[in-house]
Amino acid sequence: MLSIKTGQKQEFSSQALQHANEIIGRYPEGKQKSAILPILHLAQDEFGNWLSAEVMDYVAGLLKIQPIEVYEVATFYSMYNLKPVGRFLLEICHTGPCEIRGAEKLIDTLKNKLGIEVGETTADGLFTLKRVECLAACGYAPMLQCGEHFHEFLDSEEKVDRLLEELRNRAAANN
Amino acid sequence: MAKKFLLDKIDVPGINTFEVYKANGGYASVEKALKEMAPADVIEEVKKSGLRGRGGAGFPTGMKWSFLDKKSGRPKYLVCNADESEPGTFKDRFLMERIPHMLIEGMIISSFALEANLSFIYIRGEFRWIIKILEQAIAEAKQAGFLGQNILGKGYNLEIVVHPGAGAYICGEETALLESLEGKRGLPRIKPPFPAVFGLYGMPTVVNNVESIATVPCIIQMGGEEYAKTGTPKSTGTKLISSCGNINKPGVYEIEFGLTVEEFIFSDEYCGGIANGKKMKAVVAGGSSVPILPSELILKTAAGEKRLMSYESMSDGGFITGTMLGSGGFIVYDEDQCIVRNTWNFTRFYHHESCGQCSPCREGTGWMERILHKLEFGHGQLSDIDLLWDVQRKIEGNTICPLGDAAAWPVASAIRHFKDEFEWHVLNPEECQKRNYGIKEEVLSQKRGRY
Repeated sequence: MLSIKTGQKQEFSSQALQHANEIIGRYPEGKQKSAILPILHLAQDEFGNWLSAEVMDYVAGLLKIQPIEVYEVATFYSMYNLKPVGRFLLEICHTGPCEIRGAEKLIDTLKNKLGIEVGETTADGLFTLKRVECLAACGYAPMLQCGEHFHEFLDSEEKVDRLLEELRNRAAANN
Repeated sequence: MAKKFLLDKIDVPGINTFEVYKANGGYASVEKALKEMAPADVIEEVKKSGLRGRGGAGFPTGMKWSFLDKKSGRPKYLVCNADESEPGTFKDRFLMERIPHMLIEGMIISSFALEANLSFIYIRGEFRWIIKILEQAIAEAKQAGFLGQNILGKGYNLEIVVHPGAGAYICGEETALLESLEGKRGLPRIKPPFPAVFGLYGMPTVVNNVESIATVPCIIQMGGEEYAKTGTPKSTGTKLISSCGNINKPGVYEIEFGLTVEEFIFSDEYCGGIANGKKMKAVVAGGSSVPILPSELILKTAAGEKRLMSYESMSDGGFITGTMLGSGGFIVYDEDQCIVRNTWNFTRFYHHESCGQCSPCREGTGWMERILHKLEFGHGQLSDIDLLWDVQRKIEGNTICPLGDAAAWPVASAIRHFKDEFEWHVLNPEECQKRNYGIKEEVLSQKRGRY
């Protein structure tokens, strides 16, 4: 699936552009395409946690490559979101070791508490649920990733409640 | 007390910082290598150590280094594989989080040995906080004169770049990793040519695992021969094992090769036995891709001897009665775990992570997933077990990269050792359906989910 067009031209802030140029400068002369993954991460952070077609076109321009080269990369890697997600993307690992330590119960708990299915976003736009494969936290299962944080040992409803409350409070504080 | 080379100082407060790491002997190996040794001497010490690659394949590191094409005069690259994504494996993450300068020190010495002036740490993108930790460690090392231009006044220049992946297990395969690092989809390359000749940007390249590189300072400090005195003759030194599943003490442990599997699982020093007083049913000893073994076979070899934590003891008996140490991802299952469900789960993982380049892998993993789904949820027939065996045989050995083998081996070993459990699923469909505690079609229909 290719990403969604929003009809809105996108450009990095001056700070993000400076960071992008610093990233490009890490790679050998003429090999700026190597910067595509870190630049797409930066773009996702900058433009609301997902990549629209316009954002990918903008990244192609920055790297002086064809837009198709960005599309084929963005559609291959699972960390890039090609449609809008909630403010907090809750990514639950459901691979072997996490499953035997209760990943499916964690998913059910979250579905019940948030009133959504996997792949859906809550009506207030705060949470999206996503199943993901191994996140290298097998000894600390069940777990989920939210942003750059790994939340581990989520083996009770109380812990899930505390996590959701913490995220809601964080959202309220930033509004 | 067991010897520890990597984690001996892990509990020293502040060991993640440059000051504390250096005060505890850190970066002394860089000084020794750059001031007293030539690059060839470093390679020779690593060869003498017998160090085998800690990423899973277990290929001798010194030998791999000696294959690097140095004569052509082209730029050479060292790439650290920190794309840790094998289910059951979480040791590299621990090392990078807790003692990042050990990896950076290893990168400097290894790059010097390979005469590389630009090196990369390709780290899985989900480890965002570890990326910051490593970048901080690199900045500190550079500030202290261990990186950059004319390191320690010896005329050697080196920069290290931390490069994030973006969620693709296949990028742990070295040629897929290089494609990804070049800014493309992570599709494995046909070998030969090997990266030592045609690697990153077509230049001579060595790809090593985090743990392998982090071991190098220790080898330089103590000497290759001394290092090789620990462990067994074919598995020298120590190894990080990440253990999980139904055990009392999941976590990352450093073991001396040669420890018995029984002691590793049941002693309080390591896994602490099976959780909740249950019996052990099976073990996956080296990450999800290696064959699963039932309890009696993981504890004893085909010859009836105690099985050891070593490359050679784990593989004793081949895949009929043995397995592989792989990446050291140790998953323990208690008597209540369903082998069919576990096999379905792993097959789903490999189907999701197949890059799609080879038909046997792309189509075969999906086919196996659908058969296993039918069996697990009580819709299977006895002929499905034979079909599953047939499909995995047609994947193994027929793909560009080892992902096909990695997908086939768990299925083959599960059928080989637990066929009665597969048959039970066919003969007791109603019981299977009752056990379904909520996994619905959403799982099967999830391929490359995009949100």
